[in-house]
Amino acid sequence: MVQWTDFERATIQSVFEKMDYDDVGPAALSRCLVVYPWTQRYFGNFGNLYNAAAIQGNPMVAAHGKTVLHGLDRAVKNMDDIKATYAELSVLHSEKLHVDPDNFRLLADCLTIVVAARMGAAFTADVQGAFQKFLAVVVSSLGKQYH
Amino acid sequence: MSLSAKEKVIVKDFFAKVSSRSDEIGAEALARLIVVYPQTKSYFAHWKDLSPNGAPVRKHGITVMGGVYEAVSKIDDLAGGLLTLSELHAFVLRVDPVNFKILSHCIMVVLSMLFAEEFTPQIHVAVDKFLALLALALAEKYR
Repeated sequence: MVQWTDFERATIQSVFEKMDYDDVGPAALSRCLVVYPWTQRYFGNFGNLYNAAAIQGNPMVAAHGKTVLHGLDRAVKNMDDIKATYAELSVLHSEKLHVDPDNFRLLADCLTIVVAARMGAAFTADVQGAFQKFLAVVVSSLGKQYH
Repeated sequence: MSLSAKEKVIVKDFFAKVSSRSDEIGAEALARLIVVYPQTKSYFAHWKDLSPNGAPVRKHGITVMGGVYEAVSKIDDLAGGLLTLSELHAFVLRVDPVNFKILSHCIMVVLSMLFAEEFTPQIHVAVDKFLALLALALAEKYR
């Protein structure tokens, strides 16, 4: 079981409480599709993804970004058993969506960069450490049911 | 994955724009490296002070960022231009190349924090590619 310090718990709650999901979700997903273009393979039916401007203006990308970010809510509320919390989602991503689990890491990195931009100086090294540890647990849990 | 002519311009322009704060970027990136990825401290066991805001870490961050800027100036031939640095990392420092990726991530987090407006996805992808190619050039002499 993952051990969380008081600082880490408080930091994760605070970061997500202050987060503007409607802004961060779309920003993170669109950044992922631009920076790691091979991730576009999963969004063949999303329409125009031909260039960065198209991706950032695409309403389906924006909507899905919000969905994915809200998907983290359950982990934020259940930090002591993220693995179980995401067992079903892991099966979904493996059996139905066929997403290479390395993509979770790529999206997590983009989310970190976006949160860093929004929080500025408040995104201290310790906050970054807690945030990345949280995302690493999420990423690992989402990959757990792949076989 | 090589840099297009356009991406080289993006990288050169962006790093020129942020050059006045390059020391801060380097110091902050290295501080984050050792805090967020404590295993990297294994390379600095010979320093008396390993605190992220201490003098040795900040000074070394500045040194490393200087290397990044040298690479920007040699963007048209990274492998050739960084030969000496590659030999240093391969034969003397023997830094496991996985750490180049980690440091690149920390540099980009700092760039995003300090230059939120400027570090757009388009600039992010060019810088990410550049840092990856820089890492590859540094690993050139490893084996």
